[in-house]
Amino acid sequence: MAAVQETVERVKEIDVDQYKYGFFTDIESVKAPKGLNEDIVRFISAKKHEPEWLLKWRLEAFRRWQTMQEPEWANVHYPKIDFQDLYYYSAPKSTEGPKSLAEVDPELLATYAKLGIPLKEQEVLAGVKGAPRVAVDAVFDSVSVVTTFKEELSKAGVIFCSISEAVKNHPDLVQKYLGSVVPATDNFYATLNSAVFSDGSFVYVPEGVRCPMELSTYFRINAEQTGQFERTLIIADKGSYVSYLEGCTAPMRDENQLHAAVVELVALEDAEIKYSTVQNWYPGDKNGKGGIYNFVTKRGDCRGDRSKISWTQVETGSAITWKYPSCILRGNGSRGEFYSIAISNGYQQVDSGTKMIHLGKDTSSRIISKGIAAGRSNNTYRGLVSAHRKATNARNFTVCDSLLIGDKCGAHTVPYIEAKNASATFEHEATTSKISDDQLFYCLSRGLSEEEAVALIVNGFVRDVLQQLPMEFMAETQKLISISLEGSVG
Amino acid sequence: MLEIKNLHANVDGREILKGLDLTLPTGEVHAIMGPNGSGKSTLAYVLAGKEDYEVTEGSITWNGKDLLDLDPSARAATGVFLAFQYPMEIPGVATMTFLRSAVNAVRKARGEDELSTPDFMRLVKEKAKGLKIDAEMLRRPLNVGFSGGEKKRNEILQMALLEPSLCVLDETDSGLDIDALRIVADGVNALRSKERSMLVITHYQRLLDYIVPDKVHVLSKGRVARSGGPELALELEKTGYAEFGGEATAA
Repeated sequence: MAAVQETVERVKEIDVDQYKYGFFTDIESVKAPKGLNEDIVRFISAKKHEPEWLLKWRLEAFRRWQTMQEPEWANVHYPKIDFQDLYYYSAPKSTEGPKSLAEVDPELLATYAKLGIPLKEQEVLAGVKGAPRVAVDAVFDSVSVVTTFKEELSKAGVIFCSISEAVKNHPDLVQKYLGSVVPATDNFYATLNSAVFSDGSFVYVPEGVRCPMELSTYFRINAEQTGQFERTLIIADKGSYVSYLEGCTAPMRDENQLHAAVVELVALEDAEIKYSTVQNWYPGDKNGKGGIYNFVTKRGDCRGDRSKISWTQVETGSAITWKYPSCILRGNGSRGEFYSIAISNGYQQVDSGTKMIHLGKDTSSRIISKGIAAGRSNNTYRGLVSAHRKATNARNFTVCDSLLIGDKCGAHTVPYIEAKNASATFEHEATTSKISDDQLFYCLSRGLSEEEAVALIVNGFVRDVLQQLPMEFMAETQKLISISLEGSVG
Repeated sequence: MLEIKNLHANVDGREILKGLDLTLPTGEVHAIMGPNGSGKSTLAYVLAGKEDYEVTEGSITWNGKDLLDLDPSARAATGVFLAFQYPMEIPGVATMTFLRSAVNAVRKARGEDELSTPDFMRLVKEKAKGLKIDAEMLRRPLNVGFSGGEKKRNEILQMALLEPSLCVLDETDSGLDIDALRIVADGVNALRSKERSMLVITHYQRLLDYIVPDKVHVLSKGRVARSGGPELALELEKTGYAEFGGEATAA
């Protein structure tokens, strides 16, 4: 299999702690001073020329946050974060207004080049003719610097821009939906995000429109000690469809970086949102030093009847992942899906899963979770499936498989199931397996190397989920999976 | 030529092979028979290089090369092939994908170019036909839900594709009905050649009606107790393994 070969070659090029994307781009940043207080919140809001209502919203969130405690129930362990020792705003200087690609800082473009971005954003960003039609809203540090294909999208009536722009140009939409899925008071990190969110993506697909292309955002953490607080809001109006992909890499560094994003999805009647994530942030070095803390709140609201929201995630990076993309199945006949591949190696800690909240009648959900633990990592699936009293005929099907590589890692499954309506049908299947020595030997005796054998077996294990990814990302993801497992055998 | 000299091997700290000597000239097919526990499968695994099968003494050379120096994938590249008694299942990996990974890994190690997709498909189709393996079976995950016969035919298909020079067949007849046995034996016979040596390990004489060996060796307590021509197998069929430390009656 060519992809396997290529993977192995790429794996050989890197050391365990030579994270491929661990370089640092020297672009002068405009920073707010370290620490967090009301003045910083005001500074961020003022910097972005925000309307009064948004500043008020932020300040309320901040005041609320001060009364909240960091959650400790997740199966992850890390030193206490000093929230006063972080920067809460940093924007590349060159963003004072690039109107076209030619005006974009060449350093920035060079960074994308170094990333070896698979998604063809490279070409798109460089404006190469015939580049695939993947629209990119690139987030460099905290501010969106370049948004392409805006015109073509606007022809279809689709709004795809940074959330700051949306605040300026579509304030009614933002005010109506912001915080309507993840309230400002939701949880410690979401509330922090509400107070200090820097930027992120905004998508609105009007009634009856099928978005003409995949939308994709590339997040990247750059400036030192800068927490990232993206805010993403996607609204699919009645009968519309949109597919959205985020992919992430981060540079190498020693300090732990905090990432607390919030993603809100709203699907109205008969609308469908497909949200895919490929997450490859710096996981820390081979001794477990450094790495990103990824504390994310992602939630979709199937607000309209027969609406559908589907989350697909491939999680390979971050030192700590705390993430539960969820669906609120409010509309009658609505459907939620969660497909997940979570890989942990080295000293990574993953506590991830989903929540399917069945509120409407005849709602259905499906969860396919594949956790792979290697090295000394810990991988926990935590999921909630609940049916409200009125959720007649709610159906859920859950498959939760764990694969262990080696004998120093851990896999845990924590499913919560609550049915308050007797007509609910919930099915839960869970397995835990190991790559057996016999399987490995079988592959080796056919000429495969250990790396090739593990890559093959793991890619087979996650196949059901891989198939949910947009085609162009499947092959790349297979490679990413293999790279993530480097050093896990032998 | 395969030369095994004074081979001692331990499994879980217990000595299973206790000074085994065996010579298999190039182009010949030798049968290894013997009662349960005599070390037949251990010999197969030691030849393929399975971990936990610890060689404590003796040597194995293949065409002058020290096999014990090579890891399992290097042995595959050098031409050693083990047809497993219990082939492993790999969920989610299509049989075709596995075959292609194996063929290309071995070709690469031998300094040959990888096969293009159309060339590979053609090759598989050609080899699969005689073994009555259809496209549907190749699409299924490797060995998952395969019948005993399908698993063994799949082993022989791999053998045909990897073009080994030393084939070790570990109880390939176990779990096969008579029709499946015939298909598998035909597949093996088609691969007999002047350049290829085969070691056919079996408990029963039945397989040797179809794959007629040049020589038969009987293992007992980790050593070759007796060697002879094909007629030795027939004799064992009548007398059983009693004199070799097995139960009084052979099946």
